[in-house]
Amino acid sequence: MFSMGDEENLSIKKNDSSTVSAKSIVQKKLEELGMKFCEEIDRGVFPTIQMKSRSTSNIFYSPKYKQYILGDSKVTRSSRNIAHLRPFAQMVWTAYFVHELIKQKKTSTLRDVYYSAQAYDIFFKDQSESDNIITDLETVIEHPRESFNVFPEERSAVFGDLTIEYTVPGYEGRRMNLSSHPDGVMIGPALTDARFIKTSADKVIVIEKGAMFTRFVEEKVYERFNAILIHTAGQAPRSTRYFIRRLNRELGLPVYIFSDGDPWGMHIAMVIISGSANAAHLRELTTPDAKWAGVWASDIIDYKLPSEKLSEIDIKRLKELKNDPRYEDRHWQKQIDLFMKIKKKCELEAFSRYGLTHIVDKYLPERLKELGA
Amino acid sequence: MAILYGQITTNKPVKVISSTGNSRIVEYRLMIDIEKNRPIILDRKIHANLRAKSKRWQGTVVEIHLRGSYAQAMPKVLEYLKQTAMVNPYANIIFVDPRGRLYKFDRTVEKMPPPPKEINPHPYGVDVETLQRIIRSTTEDNMLKFMQKHFHRVGEKIARDFLRKAGIPEDRDPKSLRPEEIVDLVEKMKEYDGFLPPEADCLSPLGEDLLREGVLKELEPEFVAVHQRKPSAYSGHPFIVEVAIAYGGKVPAKDDILLYRFANKIPLVYDESGDVCWKIVRSINWRRYNLTPNMPFAIIIHVCSTKIPYKTLGKEILADQLEVSREILNGIREVARQLARYLSRKERVRRQVRRLAVFSRYLPKIARFSAELAGRKPPDISKLYQRKQVFKDFVTSNEYVDSEIFDSRRYNVVFVHVRNRHEENPASVRVLGLVNSKWEVLIPETALTSGSEIYETLRGKYEAIKIQARSLKPNKESLIDAYVDGLSQ
Repeated sequence: MFSMGDEENLSIKKNDSSTVSAKSIVQKKLEELGMKFCEEIDRGVFPTIQMKSRSTSNIFYSPKYKQYILGDSKVTRSSRNIAHLRPFAQMVWTAYFVHELIKQKKTSTLRDVYYSAQAYDIFFKDQSESDNIITDLETVIEHPRESFNVFPEERSAVFGDLTIEYTVPGYEGRRMNLSSHPDGVMIGPALTDARFIKTSADKVIVIEKGAMFTRFVEEKVYERFNAILIHTAGQAPRSTRYFIRRLNRELGLPVYIFSDGDPWGMHIAMVIISGSANAAHLRELTTPDAKWAGVWASDIIDYKLPSEKLSEIDIKRLKELKNDPRYEDRHWQKQIDLFMKIKKKCELEAFSRYGLTHIVDKYLPERLKELGA
Repeated sequence: MAILYGQITTNKPVKVISSTGNSRIVEYRLMIDIEKNRPIILDRKIHANLRAKSKRWQGTVVEIHLRGSYAQAMPKVLEYLKQTAMVNPYANIIFVDPRGRLYKFDRTVEKMPPPPKEINPHPYGVDVETLQRIIRSTTEDNMLKFMQKHFHRVGEKIARDFLRKAGIPEDRDPKSLRPEEIVDLVEKMKEYDGFLPPEADCLSPLGEDLLREGVLKELEPEFVAVHQRKPSAYSGHPFIVEVAIAYGGKVPAKDDILLYRFANKIPLVYDESGDVCWKIVRSINWRRYNLTPNMPFAIIIHVCSTKIPYKTLGKEILADQLEVSREILNGIREVARQLARYLSRKERVRRQVRRLAVFSRYLPKIARFSAELAGRKPPDISKLYQRKQVFKDFVTSNEYVDSEIFDSRRYNVVFVHVRNRHEENPASVRVLGLVNSKWEVLIPETALTSGSEIYETLRGKYEAIKIQARSLKPNKESLIDAYVDGLSQ
C-alpha cells in the first residue's frame, strides 16, 4: 500500500489527528471537569459526577461495533454522599495527576500512579483501588488511559519495516525503523504515541508466543511476506491492542493473528478483534477487521499436528465461548464444535515436529493465501 | 453467725451497746447457749444518755472477737465491704484491718429506703411449727376471726370460703385443733387457690435511685441501668428483684461477666458458681444485646424477700425457685436492653463523628485539585461544610456561659458535639438556636457526667447556633470541648 519511496505520505495527517488531538481533547475534558466542580462548590452545591454504569447488567454486545459496549444505565457519584466522598476525591486527584502528565509530556504506569498518590496525601488501599479509579476516569472522559499517558507494565514487541517519528519530549522529530533491532522494539508509551512515517509492509502478523516471534524474525517473515510482526506475549496489553488498531486504521494494513490452538489462544485473538468486557466503556482498542489465522482445530487434523487432550477446564471454557456473542460468526462456531469433537488442542510450537521452518515454509503461505492475503 | 463464730474461736462474749435516743443507753455482754440456742447474759449495764435531748446518742455498737486467717480472707473481706457499700450507699463504712490499714466507704446519699412494715404470715408460707405457735398465743376463740387476725391478706369473705372448702366450722375454737388437724390445716392452706398474693410493703428494697447511686459509687462505670421488678411471691413469700447493669468506666474487662449477688442487701460472696443467678446469666444470649462476656460489664442482682430461697444452710447461694428465677431473668433482660440501646447510640455517635471527619478530609482535596485542573483559585468549601470548635478547654462556672457563635445560615443540617473532659465533675449544657433574632432552646439542659458526650443532629433553618455550659454541682468545675459542624443541602 505504501512504498518505501514515498518520503511523506498521507498517514501523517491522519496520525496527528488521532494521537495528538486525542490528548488535547482529553486535556480539555479534564479541565472542564475541574471547572464544573469548582463552579458547583462556588454555588454551595456538592459536586457530582455522572458516568455510565460498568456493572455486568449494563454491558452489552454490539454487533454494530463488534465489541462489548456499555448500555444507557448511569451512576451518579456525589461528594455529598459519605460513601462516595473518598473515591470522588481520588478521582479528582487522578484527573489532576494525568492532566499534569499530559501537560508535562510525561508518562506513568498504573503502579506508578498508585504510589504517586501518597505524595499528595491521597491514599489508595491497594493498586486495584487506584486501577479502578483510573477506569472510572476513562469512563467519564471516554478515552483510554493511554490517552492520559498511563501505560500498563506489560510490554510486547514489534518488528518490521515501519519508520516512526517520536513525539515524546527529548525525542521529538527523531525517527527510527522498527526493523533496526532483531529482538523487536518494545511497544511502550513512546511507540504508542509515535507517528507512523512510512512502511513497505502490506500486512500485520500478530503472534502470541515469543519463541515463534523470534523464529519469524530469524526466517525473515517480514521480508518474505511483507509483514510487520507483533509479539503479544500472551493476552495482548491494551497499548498493544491500541497499536494494532492504529496499524490497521491509519495504515490500512490487514491483521492476521496466530495463537495456540485451544480456547485460550482463540480468546487472545478475539480480544484483539472485539475487545474485552472490562473495556466495554472504550472504543479505541479493537480491530474488528483482524483475522484469526490459526491454529484452528481443523489444522490439527489437516496438518497432522501433535496434540494434547483437552482438559476439563478447556472444555468448560469452550462451552462459555460457544455462547459468547463475540463468537457468533460461523467460522468460530465451526472451530469450537471441532475442538469439542476431536477433544484435542495444540500449541503454535507443534509445527516444529516437521522441522523448524515448516511453519514458515508451508503453513504460513497456505493460510495467508486461504485468507485472501 | 458472726457472734457464734467469734465464740467458738475465742470463747469471748459479744458486747452490745444500744440506745434509741432516749435517756438510757444499755450495754450487754452476751454468749450463746449453743445447745438451747438462747443468749446467756453475762453482764448488763444501764448508762444515762446525758446530753441535751436533741443531741442524745443513738445507735448500736456490737463488739466481737474472732480468730481467722486474715492473710487468706483479706480479699473476700474487702470485697464484702465494697459490695455492702454498693447496696448501702447511705452508709459510711470504716474498716481498720488487723494490719492497721484504714478502709473508708463514704456515703454519697443521705436518703434511706423506707423501713419495712410488719405483717402477718401469708397462709401459703406457713408451716406446722409456726401455726402451732400462733394457736398457742392467740386470743381468738373461733376460726373465722383467727384466720382474719393472724394471716396476711385474709378478709372475712376469703376466710369463710377457705374454711368451707377445708371443711372446718367457722365457730371452731382454734385451740381445740388436734395435732393431726393442724397438719391437715397447713396442707389445706397450701391447696386453696383463693388467697390473695402477699403485699410487698413488708420488704425493704433499695429502689432504683439508691441502687444506681450505689453502683455508680463503688464501680464507677461509664453507664448504669437499673430496674426494679414488680413485687411477686413464691409459696406465700413476697419478694422483689432489683437488677442493675454497669458498663465501662472502671468496670474491668475480664474473661467472664462480673456478677454481684445480694440477698436483702447482704452480699453473697461465696460459692458463686452454684447460684441460680449464674445459671440465668449463662442462659442469656448476650449477642442479642451486642455484648460478649469479655466486655467490661457487671450485673448486679438483689433479691429482697421475707424468705430468701437459699439452696444451702450456708446462705450463700440462691436456689432455682421458678418465680424468683423468672423475675431475675426478666430484670436482667430489661437492663441489658437499656445497655444495648446505650451502646448502639454510642456507636452511632462514633460513626457520625467519623462521617464528618471524611468531609473535612476530602472536600479540601476535591477543591484543591479541581482548581488545579481548572487553573483557578480553589473554591470556598465552607459553603458546603464547616466545622468550628466553639468551646475549647472551657472551664465551667456555676452560671451558664455562652460558647462562640456558629453562623449556620448557609447550612441545612447542623451537628452539635459536646464533651465533658473533666475527670470527675459533671456539667450541664444546653444548645440554643437563633430564629428571627431570638434565641430558642434547641436541646434543653442536659447533664454530662465525667467523660461523657452528646451528639445531636439539628435539622431546620437557624441563623446561628450556640452552646451554653455550666457546672452541674456548685463550685465543681468541669472541662468542656464543643464542636459545631454545618452541612449544606
